Amino acid sequence: MTRKPELLPGTLDMLILKTLTRAPLHGYGIALSIKRLSDEVLTVEEGSLYPALQRLLLQGWVKAEWKMTETNRRARFYTLTAAGRKQLGVEVSEFEQMIAAIGRVLAADSR
Amino acid sequence: MMRWLRKLGLLLARGRFREELDEEMAFHRAEAERALLNEGIEPEGARMAARRQFGNTTRLREQSEEVVGFRVETIWQDVRYGLRQLRRSPGFGVTAVLILALGLGVSTAIFSFVDAALVQPLPFEKPSRIVDVDENSAVFPRSNLSRDDYEDWKRLNTTLSSLEVYTGDGFLLHLGATSEPVPALRVSAGLFRTLGLKPVLGRDFLPGEDQPGRAKVVLLSYRGWNKWFGGRSDVVGQALNLSGDSYTIVGVMPAAASYAPRAGNRDFIVPLQDKTGCEKRRSCHNLDGVGRLRDGVTVEQARGDLQRIAAQLEKLYPGSNKDQGASVQPLRNYLVGDVQPILLTLLAGAGLLLLIACVNVASLVLVRAESRRREVAVRGALGASRTRLARQFITEGMLLATVGCACGALVAEWAMKLLTQLVPKDAAAETMPYLQRVGWNAHTALFAAAMTFAAGLVLALTPMLRHRAQALADNLAEGSRGAAGRFWSRLGANLVVVELTIAVVLLAGAGLLGKSLYRLLHVETGFDPTHLATVQVMAPQTRFANPEQTAQLQRDVIRRLSALPGAVSVAVTTDLPIQCNCDTDWIRIVGKPFHGEHNEVLERDVSPEYFATLKARLDRGRLLTEEDTNVKPAPTVISESLARKYFPGEDPLGHKIGNGDLDPKSMREIVGVIADIRENGLADDTFPAEYEPIYQSSDNYFAVAMRTAGDEKALLPTMAKTIRAIDPELGVSGEITMMDQIESSQSSIIHRVATWLVGGFAAIALVLGVVGLYGVVAFSVSQRTREIGVRMALGAQRKRVYGMILRQAGGLTLIGIGAGLACSIAAAVAMKSLLFRVAAWDLPTLAAVALVLGGASLLASFLPARRAALVNPVEALRSE
Repeated sequence: MTRKPELLPGTLDMLILKTLTRAPLHGYGIALSIKRLSDEVLTVEEGSLYPALQRLLLQGWVKAEWKMTETNRRARFYTLTAAGRKQLGVEVSEFEQMIAAIGRVLAADSR
Repeated sequence: MMRWLRKLGLLLARGRFREELDEEMAFHRAEAERALLNEGIEPEGARMAARRQFGNTTRLREQSEEVVGFRVETIWQDVRYGLRQLRRSPGFGVTAVLILALGLGVSTAIFSFVDAALVQPLPFEKPSRIVDVDENSAVFPRSNLSRDDYEDWKRLNTTLSSLEVYTGDGFLLHLGATSEPVPALRVSAGLFRTLGLKPVLGRDFLPGEDQPGRAKVVLLSYRGWNKWFGGRSDVVGQALNLSGDSYTIVGVMPAAASYAPRAGNRDFIVPLQDKTGCEKRRSCHNLDGVGRLRDGVTVEQARGDLQRIAAQLEKLYPGSNKDQGASVQPLRNYLVGDVQPILLTLLAGAGLLLLIACVNVASLVLVRAESRRREVAVRGALGASRTRLARQFITEGMLLATVGCACGALVAEWAMKLLTQLVPKDAAAETMPYLQRVGWNAHTALFAAAMTFAAGLVLALTPMLRHRAQALADNLAEGSRGAAGRFWSRLGANLVVVELTIAVVLLAGAGLLGKSLYRLLHVETGFDPTHLATVQVMAPQTRFANPEQTAQLQRDVIRRLSALPGAVSVAVTTDLPIQCNCDTDWIRIVGKPFHGEHNEVLERDVSPEYFATLKARLDRGRLLTEEDTNVKPAPTVISESLARKYFPGEDPLGHKIGNGDLDPKSMREIVGVIADIRENGLADDTFPAEYEPIYQSSDNYFAVAMRTAGDEKALLPTMAKTIRAIDPELGVSGEITMMDQIESSQSSIIHRVATWLVGGFAAIALVLGVVGLYGVVAFSVSQRTREIGVRMALGAQRKRVYGMILRQAGGLTLIGIGAGLACSIAAAVAMKSLLFRVAAWDLPTLAAVALVLGGASLLASFLPARRAALVNPVEALRSE
């Protein structure tokens, strides 16, 4: 059995915020969306997802409201707030700087 | 900030938060299950897979809660954990809480009395600047002021901004059809201004309104206002008939005025005004003084000032003022001086009880700590820090103390009510108005909180000491009982010795107080107090102005009452026995050298039947007769004390005594000597006394004593009714049997309350101490079962095993009793003022205490010793 790569620490909040830029989603939808968009590489554990959502709620980066799904079930949908959108920008730019830095280290000639 | 507010909101709606989270996660699981189903997995497998994938729901929820939770919530969790622990061992929990509740409740209740009497300031303006000002003489450390002396003191002093006086008085209140004797207060005009009290209605007395000849005005006390006028606001300006005179009501004093000395049960307050017959003499001491110190003046300076004035007056008026000095003390001392020793004693007793309760619970906690030894060791080994473990013990100790305190508040509430009832209502209103303030207030709450905190600390520290002293490894290993057991029994044994010592102190205190009470109630009275009904009569001054009129009335009273069925004999007197060392007379013996000294004796005017009615014992000579009434000056009967003091080694019969000036009209012949009748309080020294025929006196206030064949109490109402029937305008009051009078005298109240309370404390302490001893011995036996088994296997006799255990218990008991007896003597010396004719080292009491405690301890250690002796060596050895 192949081991699935772990989510990079500190990136979950960013991924959730990014997922919500397109439309409001419920928790299951967020997990599913991340899984699909990453071609099933990234799996969000429920144990991290819900605490993370609470954290984002507390920070005021997302809002939550109860709505009906297309299958007519009650679910809590999370919406990105303006502050969340700004935070996403900050986190993405920080992440890109980080990736670029890591990339430079890895690309360095090792001869 | 926003974040913190949101957290707070979530804290308040924690239930909703959980529900939403649960629903959200349930939805997630359902969706995951549906997805798996769509992939073609059969339903049961899909549900299991979804659950597996999802993980532990509770754990998930906890993780989410941690995000939104506060640090404080972990303490709350600790508390809940502690509560669960208590619930798991309800025996321990209930016992510990009950013992703590008892200790905390009782000590808080006693403190509320101390607070009311000694701590809370008097409800006057700057009460610490108010002093009690009086005279003193060779025989009385504090005696009343005479009116002339008062006026001189007021005029001449430089240290007081005001000096006012008050004295008790009584009126016949004629209101509607009723005539009722009412207690009143006669005061100088500025008394309430000096105290800083303003009337709630109307006005205070005006300056100068207390001078002779001014219009008759009266102030109502708050109590009198409510009692006689139902608190109506239109009373000011109304006329009031007091003893036949018309008074105008000028105002109503506030409830706080009842804290003024002697004002507690007075309904009416009148200004001093005309001098009474007695007040016309400088030697008549009937007033109490109250002064306010000038700014910056100390009590000592005021005393020096007034003593200087008293010395001047003594030179000016040697006949009346010889040896008369000045007594100045803070007003509070005068008001609560009598109850201070008993209150402090009781507080100390309650403190000891609380201590023994804490020690007892601490040893329970210690036993429990023993059984949690492994738990603590495991937690320590798993990395719990020392502070984390300590925090748990502190939380549990404080939790126990807090629950104990909550229950203790109920105990305190109940104890306060009970204790207030121990003091007769009249006595409470008269001399202890501050008892109204007993109850919950900031002081008592603070005291309870402080005691709870201290108790919690003791309970937290005990197991911490216990666990600190051990290496972790010891506890993890099996069979480590030896070392731990030794440590435990050492700490436990020390605690038990403390408990036993306290129990001995309280038992000895209770024993000594009980013996004092017994001695007090059985003090030789010189008469037979059983079957004696008494009542006070007041005749209106206007209609009974001369001796013939009152004598006729008194004879009527005696005649009518004697005719009652059940009456054996009836007599009248100016003062009944067991009252006070008051109503004194200064005498001079004819033919003896005299240097102006005060030969102060009690004077009682009595009817001829008086001695027979009281069953007083005649020593020499004869008693007063009906004929003596007509002899002028009348002959007199003296008490044994008077004979002993003024006629040492000679026969007083036939001698004459007179007033200080030897006025021929005052010369009376001694015709008899009787054994001392106790005229004064039970605990006071006996004063010399003289008895003269009452029918020559014009006093319109007298007391009736009736000896009955049967139940005297049942006759009291008939007695009062019969006297009222003679003349409806007579004031009849104070119906009481002599036995009740003795029981309700202040000294017997103080002694009785002290005895009951300290006795109660001692009983509880005895039980706690002995149970503590039982616990220690039983625990030590259970720890040594194996050792005992080995000993017996090696041939030790059962008798020796008994001996071994009993020796251990006996050693602890002996140390406890020894230390306790030493402390008891010290404690008894400290409370000497409460002991009556009992020495602090009263051997029979101390021996009895040692015996009781020794016996109880023997019993408590016999049970575990028996268990030890019945140990089956084979089983004991196999058990480990």
